[in-house]
Amino acid sequence: MAEKFDVIVVGAGMAGNAAAYTLAKGGLKVLQIERGETPGSKNVQGAILYSDAIEKIIPDFRDDAPLERHLIEQRVWILDDNSYVGTNYRSEDFNKPPYNRYTIIRAHFDQWFSKKAREVGALTICETTVTELLLDGKKVVGVMTDRKGGEIYADAVILADGVNSRLATKAGFHPEIKPKDVALAVKEIHFLPQETIEARFNIGEEEGVVIEMAGTISEGMMGTAFLYTNKESITLGIGCMLSDFKKQKTTPYELLDKMKKHPSIAPLIEGGEMKEYAAHLIPEGGYNAVPQVYGDGWLIAGDAGMFVNGIHREGSNLAMTTGMLAAQTLVELKQAGKAFTAPNLSKYKAKLDDSFVMKDLKKYRRMPDIFHKNNQFFTTYPTLLSKAAQTIIRVDGVDKKTKEKEIKKSFIASRSVFGLIGDAFKFWRAME
Amino acid sequence: MHSVVCIKQVPDSAQIRVHPVTNTIMRQGVPAIINPYDLFALEEALRLKDRFGGTVTVVTMGPPMAEAALRKCLSYGADDAILVSDRAFAGSDTLATSYALATTIKKIMGNMPVDLIFTGKQTIDGDTAQVGPGIAKRLDYQLLTYVSKIVDLDLEKKEITVERRAEGGVQLLKTATPCLITMLEGTNEMRFGDLDDLFRAARYDLKVWNREAAGIDDAEMIGLKGSPTVVSKVFAPRPRSQRAEMVETVDNDPKNLAVTLLAKVFTQHPKLEKEIAKRAG
Repeated sequence: MAEKFDVIVVGAGMAGNAAAYTLAKGGLKVLQIERGETPGSKNVQGAILYSDAIEKIIPDFRDDAPLERHLIEQRVWILDDNSYVGTNYRSEDFNKPPYNRYTIIRAHFDQWFSKKAREVGALTICETTVTELLLDGKKVVGVMTDRKGGEIYADAVILADGVNSRLATKAGFHPEIKPKDVALAVKEIHFLPQETIEARFNIGEEEGVVIEMAGTISEGMMGTAFLYTNKESITLGIGCMLSDFKKQKTTPYELLDKMKKHPSIAPLIEGGEMKEYAAHLIPEGGYNAVPQVYGDGWLIAGDAGMFVNGIHREGSNLAMTTGMLAAQTLVELKQAGKAFTAPNLSKYKAKLDDSFVMKDLKKYRRMPDIFHKNNQFFTTYPTLLSKAAQTIIRVDGVDKKTKEKEIKKSFIASRSVFGLIGDAFKFWRAME
Repeated sequence: MHSVVCIKQVPDSAQIRVHPVTNTIMRQGVPAIINPYDLFALEEALRLKDRFGGTVTVVTMGPPMAEAALRKCLSYGADDAILVSDRAFAGSDTLATSYALATTIKKIMGNMPVDLIFTGKQTIDGDTAQVGPGIAKRLDYQLLTYVSKIVDLDLEKKEITVERRAEGGVQLLKTATPCLITMLEGTNEMRFGDLDDLFRAARYDLKVWNREAAGIDDAEMIGLKGSPTVVSKVFAPRPRSQRAEMVETVDNDPKNLAVTLLAKVFTQHPKLEKEIAKRAG
């Protein structure tokens, strides 16, 4: 293949599409390569779309992007085996356009996003796997694909090939990911009539609810679960750290099955027809796991660069933002007539550090480690919380003061006074 | 050597659901694919092109979204693609569709003579297997259905020899070209196209022909007006009650197993028992 491009983007997920769109719009000659049958066919996410990130790339995305429901209510549940203690936050402020968050179906959304990139001039090819990077010394000069005549050359390659970035690993840009740095998440989509969903969640047409969950459903492993309302379906899933699955010898689908039978969740999905089952690795190593993200002729964006904020369940917005920043870096260099060398591409890192991406990741840098070492946050506390709530609520002739003492006693018995203070401190450190 | 391959974009029937109340097909969210049988037709045409050179033109009649199916055919190596698309075609049955496609192919012949026309043996959505034969009849071409192998093609003598699956065996048939072939499934495997073809497909300026461009003057012959077929009722067949029963006997001795099994069968089919007893004398 004799044709040469300014930039090759590997992957058509959030990061890849954001990069391809920004590059093409910036006047660069872009080739996007996706291994799936269509953009999005292999991509897995919960999925919630945060408007802010996509707005910065395509301001009028609401005009034609396939969006499911805008979210007006957030529930946070701490579950033990047969109860939940939780908070709901619902506000009409979230019910006024422009809406802040939406549920989406990635297979639909990614096709739209990729189409947008093609409309501004990117060339997208699917069902093609990039098998390795072509190097000239240390400089990346193109990619090798699995098709006949498979070498394609470019001045730079953006690796947006997802969490398991085989390319970056193969090229030695970053080490093999470690089980402690990735979560394994599984999810199912259950179809239900629109009216049923709206009645069950007390929402109107187009309005949606999110439930984020943690507690004993993860069986002591570090993980969380979720349930999202789509237009005509409900997505629910659970994810825990891969290293924990390995240690505990539990399978993800067992957890998901247990979750679906939980008395607080089962009624919400009752009668639904399961249409889709997906599993995915989520990079959750945080700040300390972010690899080198640029070099001579190459940049890494999205999951491939470990850009996920596990605490706030944010990933796709970081993917879009990093994809956009990587592309902007290249566009600016090209306009200035500068080569895509490592020193010039360091501008990308500066942009990242200056954005919410690295700032947020840095804020929670201790979180993975603290939760890894303290599984009481996923076992003891949910049960204690549930017991405490029940003690207070149940009217049984016992006076309130005695009840409060009982609760205090149960906490101390489980964790000791020092344990409680220590946990509070750890939690604060993690959040700080 | 010029082959025309007729394809159809269909909903992936493996993912289709039938609405439990209205019995209508729920197509929302169901991905559109190239009718899988048509891929065998396309690959066979591409193989002939590999051997004899020439051109492969792909034609489909459908809505604008069928463009994706045509681009895919180009990425496999087809040379040209024509989308016949017009609101006037809406509601066409197999009679009207074969008329529209035959007329389109006549138009194509005006630019370049056609040696072979390929279709899949049937589509997975309609399952009629009528459009291919309909086109052959309208063009007055020889028709070879359920072809499993092209044994020989003599371009000079204008003769083709094929194997055709028929009830009870395989027929070896020889006929004159041009002719129309409907390909059987499993006869070949679609290739993994070259990078060059992929690029060409992504950039190709697809031809979209409306009714006039396709050379169809008589609007009465297409769409609902040209379609005598009436769908009077759609229903989902009641699923047969099928519950597997595990039969076990002591030690799973084959003889015991056979006796137990027969006893079970005879309770449901007493006539059979009498019959067997009679024959056994």
